[in-house]
Amino acid sequence: MVDYVSTVNPDFSLIAPELALLIAASLVMVFIPWRRMPVLAPGIIMVGFIAAFAYALGQWGHQSSGFAGMVTCDNFGVMFKLIFIVASVLSILLIGQYMKSRGIDKPEFFVLIAISAIGMMAMANTTDLVVMFIGLEVMSLPLYVLAGFNRRSLESNEAGIKYFLMGAFATAFLLMGIAFIYGASGTTNLRQVVTDFNYIAAGRGMYLYAGVAMIMIGFGFKVGAVPFHAWIPDVYHGAPTPVTAFFSVAPKAAAVAVLLRIFLYGFADVALVTKAFWILAVLTMTIGNILALRQDNVKRMLAYSSIAHAGYILVAITVGTQEAISAAIFYVVAYTFFNLGAFAIIALLETRMGAQSEFSELAGLSKSAPWIAVLLAVFMFALSGFPPTVGFFGKFYIFRAAVESNFITLAVIGVLNSFLSVYYYLRVVKTCYFDDVTEAQKPVFVPATVGLALIITTFGTIGLGLFPQQLLDFTRQAIFAFL
Amino acid sequence: MVPIHAYLMLAMILFGIGAFGVLVSRNVIVMFMSVELMLNAANLVLIAFSRALGVVDGHVFVFLVLAVAAAEAAVGLAMIITIYRNRETINIDRYNLLKW
Repeated sequence: MVDYVSTVNPDFSLIAPELALLIAASLVMVFIPWRRMPVLAPGIIMVGFIAAFAYALGQWGHQSSGFAGMVTCDNFGVMFKLIFIVASVLSILLIGQYMKSRGIDKPEFFVLIAISAIGMMAMANTTDLVVMFIGLEVMSLPLYVLAGFNRRSLESNEAGIKYFLMGAFATAFLLMGIAFIYGASGTTNLRQVVTDFNYIAAGRGMYLYAGVAMIMIGFGFKVGAVPFHAWIPDVYHGAPTPVTAFFSVAPKAAAVAVLLRIFLYGFADVALVTKAFWILAVLTMTIGNILALRQDNVKRMLAYSSIAHAGYILVAITVGTQEAISAAIFYVVAYTFFNLGAFAIIALLETRMGAQSEFSELAGLSKSAPWIAVLLAVFMFALSGFPPTVGFFGKFYIFRAAVESNFITLAVIGVLNSFLSVYYYLRVVKTCYFDDVTEAQKPVFVPATVGLALIITTFGTIGLGLFPQQLLDFTRQAIFAFL
Repeated sequence: MVPIHAYLMLAMILFGIGAFGVLVSRNVIVMFMSVELMLNAANLVLIAFSRALGVVDGHVFVFLVLAVAAAEAAVGLAMIITIYRNRETINIDRYNLLKW
């Protein structure tokens, strides 16, 4: 008789945040037919997120693994869980009147966000490739539905179907990669892959290289690295704007978490990985920025800019030192705040009738809604990396880590790219403040929840910009347990 | 016993056919079927390795993958039906409101 409890160690405190969210999501899902559910659903899901946040904070500093090694709890995972929760909560807050104005204020929306967040947490909370794969799917399936959430809008339909096909295609590559890693090492757990590495390199190197390459392609799609970026602008453009805000931050952070885990922990010794990431990073930054230059739609411009930002994070992954990993986490946190802030404002402006989020619609915003214009300018400065916003320090730490490890060329290309990006971000500011108004501007109504989201993101953008050292200390601790 | 390379070759051929189908076909349903073919090629690799290594992890993983593929089919087909209702076509080239 095998003693399952002691060998498997089902310690439910390790997955407490996920369970809290799962309960909240199930509760809403079961009672959806109840006619008061649309009013209650955001509250219930919010309570779930708050409970998850509290549980995740409680996990900080503990390092343990359970469920037969399938779940690993460390500061790295907890840090990313907190990021996912903050990103999801901000995405829910910034909806405001958007869904109502489109006639799609359904309670299912909140359930889908919560389930997607559960998937992301599962991804960050493990060293096992099987759990990563399941987590990725639990994250992705709600995202496909969310992209097509506005089912009467042709654009939203199209975004959903394109995201679904590209996502499933990427998943197949990822799965094939995991299968080959399994074949090379006889295990799917990265811990064992690390300990058995020398044995693998001796006999089954080919399988290992095939597996690593395919995993890289799969996650290349997910983070939107060039040349796997083709779906990003379409999906970001077509999806409802609060959903786009969620897309641009949370799944990206999840993919970065897994990339860091797989490539800087699991396969840190595979020589070709650094070179492959070098090329990916340079292509992603440069092509993302160049294509962003000629966009006339703000949402599409932000989509290309999110590709470029993924490129900066890939620079940190290429460098791969402890400094670089903490800089990457720092950047993800910073990006969460200022990107969600920018999308909150775009969503707000889109609740005006007939808005398409074109650049021309921003003209005269400084007159009709001066505060909104100021905030938009702050977020644009943060996106382009001006001090004293947190955007500057995010880039600064990444490029400093690159220079310290002698990736001088990479750092120079990165800095040149951020200069290039200034052009299109400041074009937004210029349009707000200096362009002639063609037609009378409708006033902008700011609901309380959107106001709250804007306050949080502004504090995050400027407050962390004034005290970056505190956040950096946090991300350093997050990395400590992980390496 | 059939050597493992035979299984791997077969799986890679299936995977290749699937990838080719996704990239070349213009019919959304055929693209979706090709993706399923790719997933099943990966399943074949998992099972072959599991058998060759004598570790059951691969077998178990295949069941999880089957469940995931079923969930994916449910979501994907629902979305194809939605877009077909609105556009009355399943040709991916006609979904051109957003520039590719």
